Amino acid sequence: MARPLINVPAKVKRGQVFEIKTLISHIMETGFRYTTTGQRIPRDIITFFSCSYNGEEIFSADFYPAVSANPFLTFYTVATESGTLEFKWIGDNGFSETASVPVTVE
Amino acid sequence: MTGSLPRCLIVAIALAACVASANGGDIPLDQRRSGYADLGRDTKAMQDDDTSNPATLWVLDGEALWNQKAGSANRACAECHGDATASMKGVAARYPAFDAVQKSPIDLEQRINLCRTERQNATPFAFESHELLALTAFIGRQSRGMPIVSTDEKLKPAIEAGRKLFMQRIGQIDMSCAQCHDDNWGKHLTSSLVPQGHPTGYPIYRLEWQNLGSLQRRLRNCMIGMRAEPFDYGAPEAVALEAYLMWRARGLPVETPAVRP
Ligand code: HEC
Ligand code: HEC
Repeated sequence: MARPLINVPAKVKRGQVFEIKTLISHIMETGFRYTTTGQRIPRDIITFFSCSYNGEEIFSADFYPAVSANPFLTFYTVATESGTLEFKWIGDNGFSETASVPVTVE
Repeated sequence: MTGSLPRCLIVAIALAACVASANGGDIPLDQRRSGYADLGRDTKAMQDDDTSNPATLWVLDGEALWNQKAGSANRACAECHGDATASMKGVAARYPAFDAVQKSPIDLEQRINLCRTERQNATPFAFESHELLALTAFIGRQSRGMPIVSTDEKLKPAIEAGRKLFMQRIGQIDMSCAQCHDDNWGKHLTSSLVPQGHPTGYPIYRLEWQNLGSLQRRLRNCMIGMRAEPFDYGAPEAVALEAYLMWRARGLPVETPAVRP
């Protein structure tokens, strides 16, 4: 059950810098752990995240095994026009999740 | 996780040596503090904001399960219990509760599984399964901010049994829960602060686990640190300890789902 959770202010003023918070459920299995019988647990992580604002990429990040489970990311952008923020997570084993939230610029 | 055991062992031995003669009593009611009070600023912020608290992911899954038909009865929890914000308000604050049918105390996880088997005709969820944790967190969330209540007379024998277990020296290290949580709270066990050990926030998102976990999982961690054999999930001893801990924390507000280091 992958589930993203996005927190963005409902309304922002034009020119205002605002914070975007994202959380997603993911085990982020490092690939460095072994079971009690010595079998390596295969890596299963998110490898890439991006956020676009009205179609333009404003933030992206590569993830590595040291990132915790259920990664929480926050970053900032400047309010330009009303529209949509789109989020994308891509990972091992074909993992892919998207989310989008509206932004109202006053 | 096993990697941290030797550390616990060594420190616990050291601690055992220095508290061997300690003989403190119950913590006075007005001196009780939740583990929350001693969290770092970042961890507090994580717990305080639902959208940064990873446990919210489980609460939302629990809400989905609440509304989902299940079992051969093909009924959802919501069909009998309606809106959980009303029907489940305050429920987690008074569990473990005495079950009239079983004639014994049961904890919230067991209560949920009783409805799974008796009312939905479905197979019970495994302890610590994502589903059981999600439903427990969702139900627990409905009591957030409410004081823990432990007034049922029928729980008295379980609370007494739990108190005995709490005071009893166990395991290879020959320590009791009380030696840490009544007598030495506020001191450090390597980098960890020894809390008073109140069950105010369960199930918790524990950063060390990178996962949600139940109160019983937390107790198993302490027992393994004491080099004692943990009680099985759902064992009467485990439920008695839970009942004692809730009585000991009576009046403190429920924080579910809390974040702990
Ligand atoms: C067919 C109806 C029905 C369904 C479906 C059902 N329950 Fe119940 N539940 C009851 C009844 C009746 C009680 C009252 C206590 C009893 O059974 O002794 C109860 C009691 C409870 C309680 C204890 C409340 C208290 O005040 O102590 C909880 C918690 C609970 N149910 C959770 C659930 C959950 C979670 C689900 C879904 C997984 C569920 N129930 C599904 C009928 C139902
Ligand atoms: C050697 C000292 C020690 C002993 C003995 C011990 N604990 Fe703990 N306990 C700790 C520490 C340290 C923590 C906090 C761990 C952390 O912060 O990561 C803790 C955490 C807890 C918590 C969680 C509190 C919270 O805020 O969520 C509970 C409940 C608890 N212990 C109960 C018990 C019980 C019951 C026993 C006996 C079976 C016991 N402990 C034995 C040291 C101990």
